[in-house]
Amino acid sequence: MKTNILKGVLLATTLLGATAATAQQAELTIESWRNDDLAIWQDKIIPAFEAEHPDIKVKFRPSAPAEYNAVLNSKLDAGSAGDIITCRPFDASLALYEAGHLADLSGMEGMSNFSDVAKSGWSTDDGSATYCVPMASVIHGFIYNKDAFEEVGVAVPQTEEEFFAALEAFKEDGTYIPMAMGTNDQWEAATMGYNNIGPNYWKGEEGRNALIAGDQKLTDEGWVAPYRQLAKWGDYMGDGYEAQTYPDSQNIFTLGRAAIYPAGSWEISGFNAQADFEMGAFNPPVQNAGDTCYISDHTDIGIGMNAATDSPEAAKTFLNWVASSEFSTIFANALPGFFPLSNAAVELEDPLAQEFISWRDTCESSIRSTYQILSRGTPNLENETWNASVAVIKGDESPEDAGKRLQDGLASWYAPQQ
Amino acid sequence: MAAPSKQKNRWHIAVFLAPAVLVYTAVMIYPLFNTLRLSLYSEIDQERIWVGLQNFRTLFGDAIWSEQFWNALANNGWFFVIHMLVQNPIGVALAAILSSPRLRFSAFYRSAIFIPTILSFVIVGFAWKLILSPIWGIAPGMLDAIGLKFLYQPWLGKEEYALTTLSLVSVWQYVGIPMMLIYAALLSIPDEILEAGECDGITGMAAFWKIKLPLILPSIGIISVLTFVANFNAFDLIYAAQGALAGPDFSTDILGTFMYRTFFGFQLQLGDPHMGSTIASAMFGIILIGVCIYLFGIQRRLRNYQF
Repeated sequence: MKTNILKGVLLATTLLGATAATAQQAELTIESWRNDDLAIWQDKIIPAFEAEHPDIKVKFRPSAPAEYNAVLNSKLDAGSAGDIITCRPFDASLALYEAGHLADLSGMEGMSNFSDVAKSGWSTDDGSATYCVPMASVIHGFIYNKDAFEEVGVAVPQTEEEFFAALEAFKEDGTYIPMAMGTNDQWEAATMGYNNIGPNYWKGEEGRNALIAGDQKLTDEGWVAPYRQLAKWGDYMGDGYEAQTYPDSQNIFTLGRAAIYPAGSWEISGFNAQADFEMGAFNPPVQNAGDTCYISDHTDIGIGMNAATDSPEAAKTFLNWVASSEFSTIFANALPGFFPLSNAAVELEDPLAQEFISWRDTCESSIRSTYQILSRGTPNLENETWNASVAVIKGDESPEDAGKRLQDGLASWYAPQQ
Repeated sequence: MAAPSKQKNRWHIAVFLAPAVLVYTAVMIYPLFNTLRLSLYSEIDQERIWVGLQNFRTLFGDAIWSEQFWNALANNGWFFVIHMLVQNPIGVALAAILSSPRLRFSAFYRSAIFIPTILSFVIVGFAWKLILSPIWGIAPGMLDAIGLKFLYQPWLGKEEYALTTLSLVSVWQYVGIPMMLIYAALLSIPDEILEAGECDGITGMAAFWKIKLPLILPSIGIISVLTFVANFNAFDLIYAAQGALAGPDFSTDILGTFMYRTFFGFQLQLGDPHMGSTIASAMFGIILIGVCIYLFGIQRRLRNYQF
């Protein structure tokens, strides 16, 4: 009896507290994995929004990238997640939408600013509902140390042959580690290796869609050839690259000890702050001079609304603002390397970011091959690709065997490939 | 509560037990049974349905799952073997040395050896990763200084060494615990027994092997069980050093990381609480069997000496 009274009192005080808070103004909490961007959200993006909407308070509450999905899912199930949810592309968010955690945003006016390709990462398979506002994409390529290239006298490579000639030149010269990448954390090998150079071989969207439709297999030349390239990378990576982590690679490059860094454009702002030499970027080398180039222009970040939010109106106001060109401009320039997906024209100031985004005009864009639909089952194709890319670089597995293993794994659960 | 009877109403027993029982139920018993329950369900089309032992059939019967499970179990076994062969003998040896009355600064050594145990595994994992790093680490430099550079390998990145390396890091961290327990056991051996042994001509090393070791066997048994339980529940160090994919090529994957990856998901792999619970239940079973073997097979044969 006593405990019941106590419970009642506690409950009453929390309810009172909660209603008192909502009566004053809406408060939105953003869940995100971009803890690197905390300062930008707090100093630039949120003040800009709050200046326009003084009745809405916004809090940015990021968690560590590797734990984000697990943390978010637990919070959503427990009902303690924030109002605004930063969306991973494809299945992770689709599952949240299907579980009723993400609200359908198809009808929101801001959505008209985005193309279907931009929305593809956050739409149902049939495209009928979109549940996150596309925020940014990242482009893959190679960042290089301009000083090192001048010193050793190497030209920026355009083709596969020139690429390996450049690596060979750096190896012979010995001043610089030819390529800064490690295999300890595994994902770089797949994301910055396989999915970086791959689109040139499987012909971007053409190959990717054919794989999803079941018309191509991972054992086909277009999908094995990138592994053949990766198999040659091991010779040009630093001593002990097997235990080299992702931050190690970043540091080696920004300290000026390496010549080429297989990159995603998200590195730009960090590298600008760290490196005191001039950097340039080149797109993944094509097989023969004059071939059409393909790049991975991957839809990476979206932002949606927790269906269980207490203040849906405020959340929608915020999301509409995120869809506007005002947000795109602040975001793109505060975070060079995350390219806005909206149709509105955005001026970029950073030269390295301009270089990356210029490839959208000269090359064909595609997204990472494993992200849409193909990583739904067990074994998980994305995780397997990490593993296979590392094994191929280390020479533990031949490119053909890797392709066969992935194909067998995919065919074991994916009907169109059976 | 207590039925009315001739006896006094002994409600105070329930009151005093309540805090511990309630807390323990809320944080241990309920989650444990709920995990066991979850492993009998599966989610199909957003609905949780009863599937009986189907999840266990998948875990042990399906090639993809069972391969990962046996790999994790074998790695876990090796992790345990290293601890038993390295950590516990070193712990006993250190305790024997520390309990020697002629050793100077023994309090200092005791604290120094025990300190890693109270460090966070995140710090330990990170510090050792840096020490062993081929790029910034001091390990290659130190080996170079004594002319043994050729022995250096990027240990954490090589499949054949990574698990052993991490096991040894864990041994380094936790060697203080068996040391302290054995040290306490050694101190509790009465001097009379040792003196009586001396009269019979048993001194020095012989005194250790013939008198002290048999007397501390029960403590060693307890330590073995604690090591077993801790090792099969291990997760933190591997996760801190190698991440949830327990690279390279799953060579450091133990049951804890396998369970975490399955339960919470990883990168594009979505979390599956039901398969995760199945693995957790299997871990529970393995630990239960291990502890039972110890209790019924070993503990009862140990003789307790009363002084």
